[in-house]
Amino acid sequence: MEKFVKVTSTAVPMPIEDIDTDQIIPARFLKATNREGFGENLFRDWRYEKGNEPKADFVLNDSTYSGEILVAGKNFGCGSSREHAAWALYDYGFRVVVSSFFADIFKGNALNNGLLPVQVSDAFLSDLLQAIKKNPALQVTVNLPEQVISFDDKAETFEVNAYKKECLLNGYDDIDFLVSIKEEIEAYEASSKVI
Amino acid sequence: MAKTLFDKVWDAHVVKSLEGGIDVLYIDRHLIHEVTSPQAFSEIEKRGLTLFRKDQMVATPDHNVPTKDQHLPIQEALSRHQVDTLINNCEKHNVTLYGLGHPFQGIVHVIGPELGITLPGRTMVCGDSHTSTHGAFGAIAFGIGTSQVAQVMASQCLLQSRPKTMRITIDGKLNKGVYAKDIILYVISKLTAAGGTGYFVEYAGSAIRSLSMEARMTICNMSIEMGARGGMIAPDETTFDYIHGREFAPKGEAWERALDYWSTLYSDEGATFDKEYNFPAEDIEPMITYGTNPGMGIKITSAIPDRLAEAGEESFNKSLKYMGFQAGESLLGKPIDYVFIGSCTNSRIEDLRIVANYVKGKRKASNVNAMIVPGSKQVEKQAKAEGLDKILEEAGFELREPGCSACLGMNEDKVPAGAYCVSTSNRNFEGRQGPGARTLLASPLVAAVTAIEGKIVDITKHLN
Ligand code: SF4
Repeated sequence: MEKFVKVTSTAVPMPIEDIDTDQIIPARFLKATNREGFGENLFRDWRYEKGNEPKADFVLNDSTYSGEILVAGKNFGCGSSREHAAWALYDYGFRVVVSSFFADIFKGNALNNGLLPVQVSDAFLSDLLQAIKKNPALQVTVNLPEQVISFDDKAETFEVNAYKKECLLNGYDDIDFLVSIKEEIEAYEASSKVI
Repeated sequence: MAKTLFDKVWDAHVVKSLEGGIDVLYIDRHLIHEVTSPQAFSEIEKRGLTLFRKDQMVATPDHNVPTKDQHLPIQEALSRHQVDTLINNCEKHNVTLYGLGHPFQGIVHVIGPELGITLPGRTMVCGDSHTSTHGAFGAIAFGIGTSQVAQVMASQCLLQSRPKTMRITIDGKLNKGVYAKDIILYVISKLTAAGGTGYFVEYAGSAIRSLSMEARMTICNMSIEMGARGGMIAPDETTFDYIHGREFAPKGEAWERALDYWSTLYSDEGATFDKEYNFPAEDIEPMITYGTNPGMGIKITSAIPDRLAEAGEESFNKSLKYMGFQAGESLLGKPIDYVFIGSCTNSRIEDLRIVANYVKGKRKASNVNAMIVPGSKQVEKQAKAEGLDKILEEAGFELREPGCSACLGMNEDKVPAGAYCVSTSNRNFEGRQGPGARTLLASPLVAAVTAIEGKIVDITKHLN
C-alpha cells in the first residue's frame, strides 16, 4: 500500500446522497481477476451514454472540475462489499473521499487501499460544496497526521482510527500484522470452545 | 454483567485487543466465490504465504454463472475466466469447492445454512455483503472486502472495531399475506438505508420467534440494506430442528455438546443495547419499493410520498426520475414487464412453495417475463421432488438452474433498460439488474400475484 500523509488539491463536487457501490462500479465490470484498470469504468453508467459517448452533465466529464479529492453527499459507498469500488476510485486518481457519512464496509475497504475517507459535519460539507462550485480552483488540504481538512479560512478535524492511521502513514497493512501474531492465534484456537 | 447475544459471540472470538479499540477477531468459517476471491489469492501468493486454515473455507461459483445449460461451458469469456480462476485457485490451495453441477452448488448464502456449515455462535465472513444472512442462526456473520478476504486466508483473523448494538423488536401477530420480506422492507423504510450504519442488529420479539429459519434468513439478509454490519437472531428450538441432521452439522455426542453451548446464546435479561426500536407486527402490510434504495419502500396500497424527510430533494427527484414515477402517485395498476423470483433473499424452498401455491392453476399475464431461480442445487432438487417445477411451468414460469441470476447484472440474466421488474432480491439500485433496469423489491407472494395480474395490485384482495 502507498503511504498517505497529506494531500492538497482541487476537488470534484458530487452532491448526491446514498451513492452506492453499484454506481461507483457496476457489477458487469467486476469480472477482472486483477486489481488494475477499474478507474476506466468508475461511475460508468453516470459517466457514459449507452453508446459510450460521455454524458456532458456528469461532473467527471466537466473539465471545470478535477483533483484528487471527491466530495460527495451523505451515506457514500452503501450497498455491496465490492472492494472494486475503492480500487476504481483510487485507480481513477482520487486519494480522498469527503462525505458527511460513509457506509461501514466501504470505509474499511478504502482504508485498506490507501484511499482516505474523511467524514465531516453536514455544515462543513455544504460549505465545502458551495465553495467548490463558486471557485473550482479552490485548494483543499487533507492533513492526516493532524487529522484536519481545510480550505480558505475554514477547517475541521476528522476521526481516523489510531491503528489505521499508523498503517496509512507508513504504508503497512493488516496482513503484515496478522501474520506476525500467528502464535497467539494458534493459542486462541487451542482454547476456543466454539463449535 | 448482563450481555447481549452479540457480545457473547464476539467476546468468544477475540484473540487479543489492540489500542484504539480494535480487536483481532477469529473467524470460524470463510465462504468464497468467484468475484471477490481472485485478487485475494494473488495477494497471498505474491507475499509467499499459504492458507492458514484451508479446512475452514468453502468455495462455490454463483455470481457469474448462467442459469441455463450449466452442463455446458460458460459462454461469456470473462465470466468463464473468473469461474475457471476459482477452480484453479481451489485446486492449487486445496480448498473445498462446490463447482457447477455439484449437488451442493448454489448461492453462497443459501448453501452455508442448508449444509450445516452455518451454526449458532460461529463467526463467518465472505467477500459479499449479504453474509449477514447467516446471522439468522445466532452467528456473527458479515461481508468483507477483498483485502480482508486475503487477511482471513493468511491468518483466519480480521482486525475489527466493535460495532454498536441495536435491537429491533417486533411483537404481535403478522397480518395475512405478510412475509419476512415485508417485515424487513418495513423496518428499512422506517430506519432508512443508512439507519443501521455502525450497528450490529439483533431481531427479537414474538413475531420474529414465530418465523421459520428460512424467513429469519430473509430478514437478516437485508440488514446490510439499512447499513448495518450484520443482523442476528438468538437460536432456539426452530434453529436446532433446522440444523439437526444436515451434512456438516455436529452429530452424536458433539451434537449434545453443541446444544448445551448454543442454549446459552441469547441476550441476557437487562442487557443494554446502544439503540432499540419496537414495531407492532400488526402495523406491517405487504410492501413494495418505488425508488432506488431499499429504504424507499411503502405499503403496496400507499402512495409514493411527496418528499422524503431524510433525503435531499435532489436525490429524491433523481431517484423518481430514474424509476419513471411521480411523487404522490399510487403504484396500483402500473404494468410490470419482468418478475424475478430468486437471490439469497428469497430463493429457498419455502419461497418457491409460496409462489407455486399461488400460481397453481393460473397463468401468468402475457406482458410479463417471469424468471424463477432456485438458490441452490438442493433447493432445485427439492422443488422437483415436490412437483413445483411442473406447477410453475404450467403457469408460464420457467424454473432455472441455481445462481445469483438477475439479482445483479453480472451474468446473462438481465432486465432491459427502462423495463419494470418486481423482484424478490434485495437491491433496487440504479442499474442493479442491468443498465437502466427499474427494480421494485417485494415478497415472493407479491411477485407471484404481479406475474399473474401483469400489473401491481392490492394483493390482499387476491388472497382467499
Ligand atoms: S443473490 Fe444477489 S445479493 Fe445474493 S450473493 Fe448473489 S448477487 Fe449478492
